[in-house]
Amino acid sequence: MAQSLNRLKETPSQTAGPYVHIGLTPNFCDITGVYPEDLGATMVNDKTKGERITIRARVLDGTGTPLKDALIEIWQADADGLYNSPGEMRSAADPNFSGWGRKATDMDTGECVFETIKPGRVAFKDRRLMAPHITFWIVARGINIGLQTRMYFSEEAAANAEDPVLARIEHKVRVPTLIAQRAADGAYVFDIHLQGEKETVFFDI
Amino acid sequence: MSADPLSNRKPETGAFFQRDRLWHPPAFTPDYKTSVLRSPQKALLSLDNTLSEITGPVFGHNVLGELDNDLIHNFARPGESAIGPRIIVYGRVLDERGKVVPGALLEFWQANAGGRYRHKKEGYLAALDPNFGGCGRTITDEEGNYVFRTIQPGPYPWPNGVNDWRPAHIHFSVFGHGFAQRLITQMYFEGDPMIWQCPIVKAIPDRTAIETLIAALDREATIPMDARAYKFDIVLRGRRSSLFENRLEGN
Repeated sequence: MAQSLNRLKETPSQTAGPYVHIGLTPNFCDITGVYPEDLGATMVNDKTKGERITIRARVLDGTGTPLKDALIEIWQADADGLYNSPGEMRSAADPNFSGWGRKATDMDTGECVFETIKPGRVAFKDRRLMAPHITFWIVARGINIGLQTRMYFSEEAAANAEDPVLARIEHKVRVPTLIAQRAADGAYVFDIHLQGEKETVFFDI
Repeated sequence: MSADPLSNRKPETGAFFQRDRLWHPPAFTPDYKTSVLRSPQKALLSLDNTLSEITGPVFGHNVLGELDNDLIHNFARPGESAIGPRIIVYGRVLDERGKVVPGALLEFWQANAGGRYRHKKEGYLAALDPNFGGCGRTITDEEGNYVFRTIQPGPYPWPNGVNDWRPAHIHFSVFGHGFAQRLITQMYFEGDPMIWQCPIVKAIPDRTAIETLIAALDREATIPMDARAYKFDIVLRGRRSSLFENRLEGN
C-alpha cells in the first residue's frame, strides 16, 4: 500500500429542479422583501466601458420546445479581455463591470435577456488569443448536472476561425451551435439545443 | 480585481481537476423522466481550463442582509416566525484537496414544513406558510464555515411516477473561486428512508456518492430548547498547483 493522497470527492450534483427561482431569483418569482434585488440581474452601469450588447437566449429540449423553467448564468471578460476575479493576475478589470449575470428564462416565452458588453479577447494558455466569447452555465429541472458552453459572435469570423477552443471541435458542422446570430434589432440571438441535429456543443471543462 | 475575501493570500490560479463524471449523475436518467428530453446525447468536449473557467465571480459580504441566513425570520411578519421543526444547518466548504474554501457564496431554497414551495407553478395541496419564503444565502468565513437557520422541509409528491415522493431536502447553489467549480446540489436528512426511493437521488449511480449528500444530525451542535443541528460539508473541485506550470497567460 502506498500513502493516501487524502483527496476528497466532489459533492455530487443534483438537479436545480422546477423551483430554482426561489433560491436564485426570488424577486423574479414574486418572493419580494427578502433580497433587495436578484443577484446578477444587472451587469452594467453608466460607467462600464465597452460596446453595449443585448443577448436573447433560449434553451430548447429534444422536441424543440423552449424550457420555461431554466436558469442561465453567464461569465465573461470586460471590454479589455480582463476578468473581474481574484484569479485574474494580469491587470485590474473594469470595476464597473462584474462580468457575471444570471437570468431565469421567461415562464411564458422561454427567453431570457442579458444586457451586457461585448467582451475583449482573452489569451489561451499558449498566448494565442481566444475569440471574444461568453461562458454559459445552464441548469433546470431535468438537467442533472449544470451544462457549460460558450457563446461566440457571428461578426468575428476571422477570430473565430483561429480560436483554439473552437478548433478542438472535431465535427466542424457543430461549430455554428456556439455562434450567436444578430437579429434585425441588433440583439444577439443564442439558442441552446439540448438534443437533436442542432445539439449545442457542451463542455467538460 | 474585485474585493478579495482571501485578503492576504495570493490567489490560486491553477486549473481545476477533471470532474469525475462517473461520480456525478449522468445527463440521461430515464427513471427521472424530465431528463429524457433535456439530456445532451453527444459527447462533451473535454478541455483543460482556460482563464474563462479558472476565474469566477466573487461576492462580498456587502451583498448579504442581516436575515439572509435565517429562513425562519427572513420572510416572516415582524414578531412572527415560520412553522416547522427548527433546525440549524452548518458545515464547511472544502475542495478535493481538503483545503477550505473561504468566501464561497451559498444560496439555498426549500419547501416549507408541509412540503409546499412558494412558487406560482407549484400546485401541491399542502398549505403555504405566510411566514416562510424559502430562500436564504450566506458566504463562508476564512475557515470555510457556514451556518444558517431554517425549518425542516417536508417531503412532497411530484409528477414522475404515479406515486413518487421527494425526500425532505434543501437545495444548495455553490460558487467557489473559479466558474468551473459552479455546483448545484441537494442536501438530505439522516435516517430518511425516502432518500433511497427517489428517482432524482438514484440518478447518482454510486451509493457512497449519495451518502455524501446526507446531512448528519449533530446533537452537540444542537441549541437546547431551540433547534436541532445538521452538519453538511460540501466539496468543490480541487485545483492544480501552478508553481511548476509554464504559465504564459501574460503574468
